[in-house]
Amino acid sequence: MTDRIVEIDDVSMLFNLSREKVDNLKEYVIRIMNGKHTTEQFWALRHVSLQIHKGESLGLVGLNGSGKSTLLKMIAGVLKPTKGRIEVRGSVAPLIELGAGFDLELTARENVFLNGAILGYSRTEMRESFDEIIAFSELYDFVDVPVKNFSSGMVARLGFSIATISRPDILIADEILGVGDMRFQKKCESRIKEIVDAGATVILVSHSIDSIKKLCSTAAWLHKGEMMQHGRADTVCQAYVQRMGS
Amino acid sequence: MSNRWFNTSLPVLRGYNILRELVVRDIKVRYRRSFLGLFWTLLSPLLTMMVMTLVFSALFKMTIPHFPVYFLAGSILFSFNTEATTSAMMSIFTNGSLIKKVSIPKYLFPMARVLSALINLGFACLALLIVMIIIGVPFRATLFIVPVPIVYLVLFTTGISLALAALTVFFRDINHLYSVLVMLWMYMTPLFYPVSIIPDGFSWIYKLNPMYYYIEYFRSLVLEGVIPGVTHNVICLLSGVLSLLVGMLIFRRLQDRFILHM
Repeated sequence: MTDRIVEIDDVSMLFNLSREKVDNLKEYVIRIMNGKHTTEQFWALRHVSLQIHKGESLGLVGLNGSGKSTLLKMIAGVLKPTKGRIEVRGSVAPLIELGAGFDLELTARENVFLNGAILGYSRTEMRESFDEIIAFSELYDFVDVPVKNFSSGMVARLGFSIATISRPDILIADEILGVGDMRFQKKCESRIKEIVDAGATVILVSHSIDSIKKLCSTAAWLHKGEMMQHGRADTVCQAYVQRMGS
Repeated sequence: MSNRWFNTSLPVLRGYNILRELVVRDIKVRYRRSFLGLFWTLLSPLLTMMVMTLVFSALFKMTIPHFPVYFLAGSILFSFNTEATTSAMMSIFTNGSLIKKVSIPKYLFPMARVLSALINLGFACLALLIVMIIIGVPFRATLFIVPVPIVYLVLFTTGISLALAALTVFFRDINHLYSVLVMLWMYMTPLFYPVSIIPDGFSWIYKLNPMYYYIEYFRSLVLEGVIPGVTHNVICLLSGVLSLLVGMLIFRRLQDRFILHM
């Protein structure tokens, strides 16, 4: 396959961490006057290269702070790399922390349309998929309840159902399998499997090695912003578990 | 889904959809749980007008013909600007969780706030018409030209909104500073007093104030039935376009760094 849907070419990301966060004018002026406007630099990613092919399902593993989410944000187009080049061909549906686009004051019904618009769908299209979304999330009795009264599991269910109703070219899922009860997790897994089988590209971040092994064909292991290993999912997972477990 | 190409090929359409949902959300959230709901958009300018009329016509014996209409015409435009800019100012900030996760044109957030304020202005104009009937101000043909100064004003307000929304991400205390500035700005704009009471030496106070020109334009159409001349139009258009350009420039310069500060 030469059909590369995501190309990440020697990408590095630098964050400026102010020692104390400056977000008001007074501190800013004081710092400039003292000549102390120093920032600490932190490379979240260093020289990472990665190609993802169409139809591939890639698992990202690594400890907290290893740069997984930073990489996903770049693929989603939210963050621009400091150095390097990143190219994405196709539509991306981000599932990063579910329910990001919800307004807590609005009801589930209203949020479906708001979130749908953010993902790129019109009112008519969302109306067509509305029943399917509610059916999948099993929130029949809560359609007209403001989301602020939902439990976190219910919010996650709604978010997952909306994001996966679209059949994107690339589905980005960051730690989403940990939400909801066991039964819903199973449902999520089988839905992701469906999306993979339908030929979409899936990028999955999870601390559950089992789900990565189950759902992904390949895996990449990031450690402190550097790419440790990239290859078949079971090989990479095994190496990761061995190294981190000991 | 059958229409998946909507996702990628027509960003304009996506922008339009998001904008509409955001405006609907603004309006819904604002009036949720309020007993009179949307009726407040009509009622609140009327009540303010009554208070001001009581204070200034009865107590200060201000002699402006048709004072309630004079005041209301100015104040609804000024409130539009205040409401739009103040709510747009926090729009990037409050939608931070979304901006961090989804690639979305960020200018849509302040734009949505300006648009929902514009819808409120529409209701306020209705309130103005009601007051005109009660006071007995004749309806003149120039009323049809009222959208012209409103368009100028929207350009101006959008520019300020974009600039404030972007700058507040980096300096949050602009929020507090601006509310004081708006108060000063209000007193410096001839809303409840006539321009004639300002001494000649201080005429720069209103002559440098774009809001004065939009309000004068609007009042002239509503109260006098006169369309302001070319110079007045040029001033309004130029200040509107200039504000919009500066606002867009600031916003574009800063928008890629928003995410690092939220």
